Amino acid sequence: MYKIAKENLSALFQAIAGEQELYLPVNNNGQVNFAAWTEGADVDLDTLKSVKSPKDAFFPQSENLYTVKTEDKKLKVEPEALKDQDFVVFGMKACDVKGIEVLDKVFLVDPVDTFYAARRKHGTIVVMACHEPEETCFCKVFGIDCADPVADVATWMIDGELYWKALTEKGEALTAKVAGLLTDADETKVEEEKKAIRAIVEKLPYSDLSLEGWNGDVLLEKFNSPIWEKLYKPCLACGTCTFVCPTCQCYDIKDYNTGSGVQRYRCWDSCMYSDFTMMAHGNNRTSQMQRFRQRFMHKLVYFPANNDGMYSCVGCGRCVEKCPSALNIVKVVKAFEEQGGEN
Amino acid sequence: MSIENNNEFRPKIVAFCCNWCSYAGADLAGSSRLAYPADVKIIRVPCSCRVNPMFILRAFEKGADGVILCGCHPGDCHYTTGNYYARRRMTLLFSMLDYIGVENGRTRVEWVSAAEGVKFSQTMNEFVEKIHSLGKNVRLGDLRCKN
Amino acid sequence: MQELVSRAKELLANGTVERVLGWKAGDLPYNPEPAYFYVEEDFDNFVYNGFCGANLSKYMIEASKMEGKTLVFLKPCDTYSFNQLIKEHRVDREKAYIIGVGCKGKLDIEKAKKAGIKGIESVAGADMSDACDTLTFQTIYGEKTCAYADVMLERCHVCKGKEHVISDEVIGESNDTKDAERFAEVEKIEAMSPEEKFAFFQKELSKCIRCNACRNVCPACSCRKCVFDSTKFDSAQKANVDSFEEKMFHVIRAFHVAGRCTDCGECSRVCPQGIPLHLFNRKFIKDINEFYGEYQAGADTDSRGPLTNFTFDDVEPSIVTERG
Repeated sequence: MYKIAKENLSALFQAIAGEQELYLPVNNNGQVNFAAWTEGADVDLDTLKSVKSPKDAFFPQSENLYTVKTEDKKLKVEPEALKDQDFVVFGMKACDVKGIEVLDKVFLVDPVDTFYAARRKHGTIVVMACHEPEETCFCKVFGIDCADPVADVATWMIDGELYWKALTEKGEALTAKVAGLLTDADETKVEEEKKAIRAIVEKLPYSDLSLEGWNGDVLLEKFNSPIWEKLYKPCLACGTCTFVCPTCQCYDIKDYNTGSGVQRYRCWDSCMYSDFTMMAHGNNRTSQMQRFRQRFMHKLVYFPANNDGMYSCVGCGRCVEKCPSALNIVKVVKAFEEQGGEN
Repeated sequence: MSIENNNEFRPKIVAFCCNWCSYAGADLAGSSRLAYPADVKIIRVPCSCRVNPMFILRAFEKGADGVILCGCHPGDCHYTTGNYYARRRMTLLFSMLDYIGVENGRTRVEWVSAAEGVKFSQTMNEFVEKIHSLGKNVRLGDLRCKN
Repeated sequence: MQELVSRAKELLANGTVERVLGWKAGDLPYNPEPAYFYVEEDFDNFVYNGFCGANLSKYMIEASKMEGKTLVFLKPCDTYSFNQLIKEHRVDREKAYIIGVGCKGKLDIEKAKKAGIKGIESVAGADMSDACDTLTFQTIYGEKTCAYADVMLERCHVCKGKEHVISDEVIGESNDTKDAERFAEVEKIEAMSPEEKFAFFQKELSKCIRCNACRNVCPACSCRKCVFDSTKFDSAQKANVDSFEEKMFHVIRAFHVAGRCTDCGECSRVCPQGIPLHLFNRKFIKDINEFYGEYQAGADTDSRGPLTNFTFDDVEPSIVTERG
């Protein structure tokens, strides 16, 4: 266990960024999001949640796959290079890390997504414990301990000092690189902090949310429930929930005509959009109710059915905060709970 | 003739011309052997009113350095009133482009009748010169089109 | 609030309306959602307070396609949107029973959170019966207070007024919340150099995540199929590239509602990245006022909109260059 004073963090970031790319929460015009560290960047480690989840670091919102150019009347295809440089993501939260675990289940199984796999291979994650969890958090429901997060390096911000603990080989390697800036520390304060965080988590309004009855066995029962017809009504069909979500993994592949060639890129897609899964067959979901249902069925029923009970929601609460109509996954779960007897 | 100034900036100019007046005006300029730079690419539209603001942005996206819209003189529209609507739309669009920091000389509207071959060629010469002085459009182009 | 509920129940019971469109209390103290109420029991969780910012006129587009009348609660600014929708034949006046509700300024919980208030368990001071000058938050981390006006939505600081431009009846009092000039921010940007303007918008728009919330919440954006949703359209509405797509989207989005935008401020309210989208719409409104005479979309149901109208001696587009 090591520690570093908060005022020395910029030196730490500089040291890390000197060797490899560093992504961390940066305040850009009042909004905190993960971005590459630059000299003078307004790093914000106090805001609990970035607007977008840090999944961008591994699965960017849009990325090029390959470029087609014409040269001497011949087509030339240039695949986009895979990530081959190490990078560090600093300041992810326990729920964000769990989100990456969910993405792994999708992108690292056969057929492996090479772009994602390359980033996973080269990325080192420094996770931060949640000093002051908020009312929208419900990671506890998914068995996540935000007081004792697990990644390559775990850190705790306590009284102006960042406590640092390497947990994996990658983490050890990163620690070795910045060892000069770290001083030895004992774990007493960290243990106290963990207790304090857990005590707060118990008090959060959503921490007693029950996911009983949400699994693959109830697929049709849930699918055919009349509740969806009521629930979706305020939904405006925007993509906010899917784009701020740390686990949403759907993407679309499109071609961009550059005038002198074509760029094939992929970008996040949202099941809330009317052209979602339109692609080749043109037989996609036709009503907003169906699209709305899809999102929650996927997170709470289909995904666990295919992944040994693992939900593809991590309780970060971003959708709770950002939905323009104040809809969210918690309201869905609660609505089913209330109607439990009837369905 | 040698090709020396290969790297000289040649602006790409898109000119939307209405079918009834301005395109005929361009035709007249041609048949009267009035010169205007080949940097101007004309797109014929049924009426100046046909030009959707998106056309203009799209032209800039794909690498245009200047966009000019030509139509019949107010009062002379083949469809009676089309150019009056176009005038309002373009005024607002140009003002918006100015507002977001696009140099305001890059867009222009000019009324050119079928008899005004001279005006057409003059306008285009002036406009190309203006774009030359402004240089390449970097603010509204799409980075993906740059390579 | 009780008055609203009892009147709604009465109108449901006597068969005047089939359903009621209002707000339902959320599971947190500040997240009520738009909801339909059909029977008396539904009203148990009816709510109307400072957090009911959603403009229900948008939902009336769908409600107009349903059987029978819908009772809808509209705040003064929402009624402008409704009027505008009538003008565009997007809603059916005959199918709406409008109760104008009082408004004391609506709240933006993000502003409270930005001020460091977190772990919110309850909020006091946001009800319509309250004085609405101070908000008291009970949080996990202790009690916090802040001035009501500091947490108000931007649009309420430039409030259009207390009058409902269309309604069948009005219940409740409104406060005068206007304390800023509507075009002040626009003028500030206009005074910048082109470089500064460009840098300003580049910085704001680079935050855009293309979620389309601004478009979908907009009562004026009532197209059944948006041009940005077309699969045949060259630029996907979902790509997020820092160079052009965002500018294209936001300029065109604002242009498509120019002359129809009532400045209800929903776009800025819902933006997850806090982009001041009203700055685009307001620029168009300001220009329209200057070039073609004062115009407030939604103030009436029969005038011609500025972009579907013209005069012979309108200003030429060159005004943009000439005014410097």
